[in-house]
Amino acid sequence: MEKKIILQTNNIVKYFHEPVKFKALKDVSFEIKESEFLTITGKSGCGKSTLMYILSTMDSDYEGELFIDGKKISGQSQDQLAMIRNKNIGFVFQFHYLLPEFTCLKNIMIPALKLGVKSYEQIEYEAYQKLELLDIKDQALKPASKISGGQQQRVAIARALINDPKIIMGDEPTGNLDSKNAKVVLDTFKELSQEGGQTIIVVTHDTDFAKKSDRTIVMADGEIIDYGY
Amino acid sequence: MKVNTDIAQTHLKSNKKQTMLASMGVTVGIGVFIFMISLVVGFNRNSDEGFFKTTPHIRIFQEDKLSQPLLNIVDTNVSPIIINPTISNLSSTLLNPSKIISDLKNEEDVVTATEHVSVSLFYNNGHSQITGQASGVNIIEANAMFDIESTMLAGDIQNLVSTPNGIIIGVGIADKFNIQLNDNISVISAVGVSKILKVVGVFSTSNAALDESKSYVNLPMSQQLLKQNSSYVTDIFVNIKDPNKAVAYTDHLEKITGYNAEDWQTANEAAMASKKTRRVMFGAISLAILLVAAFGIYNIINMTVKEKLNDIAILKAIGFSGKDVLSIFLKETFLIGLIGTSLGLILAYVLIKAVSGIYIGGNIGYFPIWIEPEVFIMGAAIGMFITLMAGYIPARSAAHIDPIEIFRK
Repeated sequence: MEKKIILQTNNIVKYFHEPVKFKALKDVSFEIKESEFLTITGKSGCGKSTLMYILSTMDSDYEGELFIDGKKISGQSQDQLAMIRNKNIGFVFQFHYLLPEFTCLKNIMIPALKLGVKSYEQIEYEAYQKLELLDIKDQALKPASKISGGQQQRVAIARALINDPKIIMGDEPTGNLDSKNAKVVLDTFKELSQEGGQTIIVVTHDTDFAKKSDRTIVMADGEIIDYGY
Repeated sequence: MKVNTDIAQTHLKSNKKQTMLASMGVTVGIGVFIFMISLVVGFNRNSDEGFFKTTPHIRIFQEDKLSQPLLNIVDTNVSPIIINPTISNLSSTLLNPSKIISDLKNEEDVVTATEHVSVSLFYNNGHSQITGQASGVNIIEANAMFDIESTMLAGDIQNLVSTPNGIIIGVGIADKFNIQLNDNISVISAVGVSKILKVVGVFSTSNAALDESKSYVNLPMSQQLLKQNSSYVTDIFVNIKDPNKAVAYTDHLEKITGYNAEDWQTANEAAMASKKTRRVMFGAISLAILLVAAFGIYNIINMTVKEKLNDIAILKAIGFSGKDVLSIFLKETFLIGLIGTSLGLILAYVLIKAVSGIYIGGNIGYFPIWIEPEVFIMGAAIGMFITLMAGYIPARSAAHIDPIEIFRK
C-alpha cells in the first residue's frame, strides 16, 4: 500500500537580508511520507537548519509552498501557525530547552494544557506514561534544571510526544549527548516511526545517526544534492 | 486553571525576591500617593469647616443696580446714555423675606435658611472707637448654621435670646476696651443711631481680624440700628446638604427667589485658589512617586523578559502564540500590581492612622487627616493602571520575540 504524503514543499526559496542579501535555500522541493524516519545532513551553513525552521512553521518568511498533512501552511497567520505547531508538531532541540522553573512532569504537560482538549488529570496520567516510555519516571517531580543532560533530552522528547503529533522534528537532538544517551534517543525515534506511525525529521551532523534512519537527504549550498531514494 | 496563569504564577513564585521587590515599589508608590492625597483632602476639609464658621453655603442678597435708561432702544444708530448714573435701589432690603425663607425651606436640598441683617457700626469706649460689623440674627438659627456656641469664651448664646439689648462681641473688642461679661458697650451705627448694649457673651474664632470687629445682636436690634422696620433683611443665609454642590445650586436659588445668590466658594475666592494650588502641587508630587514606581515595574518585567528569552522561544515553539506570551507577562504584572497595591493600601492606612494621632493644638487640634474611602479606591485604581501600563511595554516586546533568532544562537 502506498503511504500517504505527510509533508511536502514546493520550490521553497529563502533569503537572508543581513548582513548582505543571501539566498539560503534555492528551490527546495521534496516530500516526506507518513511514518518515515528522515534525516537531513550536510555541512555547516548548507541551509539544513534554515529548512528545518521553515518546516517547523516557526519561520514564515519565505517564498514557495509548504503543505502539512495536505493542508497549505504558507500564508497562515502567526496565531494559526502556533496552533498547528501545538497540535501537529513535536520538537526536540540540541540544547535541552526545558522550562527550568517547572518540574519535569509539568514541562511535559504544558503543550497538552495549552491544547486544552483533555482534562488536567488525564494529561498528568499521559505525561507519566511518556516518562515511563523513556524510562525516567523517577525524575518526574524534580525541577527540570536539576537533572542531567541526557535525562533532560528524554524529558524534551516526552514533551514532544504529549500531544501525539503527526510529526516530530529534531535539530541536532544528539549533538550534545554522549554515545549512550544518543543511542537511547535514536532507538526512541526508530520505535516511534515503526510502531507509533509518527514521522520523524531530524537535522544532524552525526553520520552514524543518519545511517540508521530510513532515508537521508543531503544538502549543499541551499540545494538538495541527494534525495536518498 | 489556565496554563498561561499557571506559568505566570510559577515565574513569580520561583523568583520570590524579585517579585517582592517589584511589589514593594508599587506599595510605596500607592501608599505615599494615597497618604498625600488624604493629607490634601483632610486639609481642605479642615479649612472648609473654618469657612463654614463664618460663611453660609449660599448667601442671598439684593445686588446694587445702576440706573438704566427707561426706554429700551433697539436702534443701533442711537445709544442712550445716562450721565452720572446712580445706584437705583430704593433700599437694600429683600422684599417679603419670610415668604422667601418658607419657599427655601420647602426645597429638598436646603438644610437651613435664616435671615440676616448686616450693620456697619462703631464700638465706642470714651475716646477710642473700633469700626466693625454687627450681624443681626436669630441666634438659635445662626448657631445651627455656624456653630457659634463652640467659639464662645464667656457667656451663653441663650442669654441673647432673653436680652433684647444684648450683644455677643469678639474677644478682640473685649480686650481692647477691657470689657467683661455683663458690662455695657456703646455702639453707634453708620446711620447715626446710638445704643448702649449689654455684653452677654464673648467669642473667639481663629481669625483675629474677625474677633476685633464682629458682633452678634438680635434681629430687631439690628433693624433699629439701621432705622428700619421689622421686615428689613439684607441677606438670607442658606445651608444645603452638600456644600460642594453650592456653585451649581446658586442658579436654582436665584431663579426661585429672584435675588442674587452667592456660593461660599465665590465668596472665598482667594482661599479657593490656594486650595486648588495645594491640590495640584500634592497631586504632582504623588504622581511623580507613582511614576518612579512604574519605572521600577517596567525595569523588573523587562529584566524578566530578557532572562526568559529561552523560555519564550520554547513556549512559542511548542505552540504558544504571541498573544499567549503577552497574556503570561501581563498576568505577572497584574499579580505584582495586586500584591503591591494591597500592601500599599495597608501602608496608607498605617501612615494616616499614625499622622492623625499627632496633636497640633490651636484651633486645629489633631492633625486633620482621615481615611477617605474614595481616595483609597482612586489610589488602588491608579496603581493598578500604572502597573499594567508599565508591564505592557516589555510584555508586548516579549510577544514579538522571534524564536528562531534565539535558537540560532
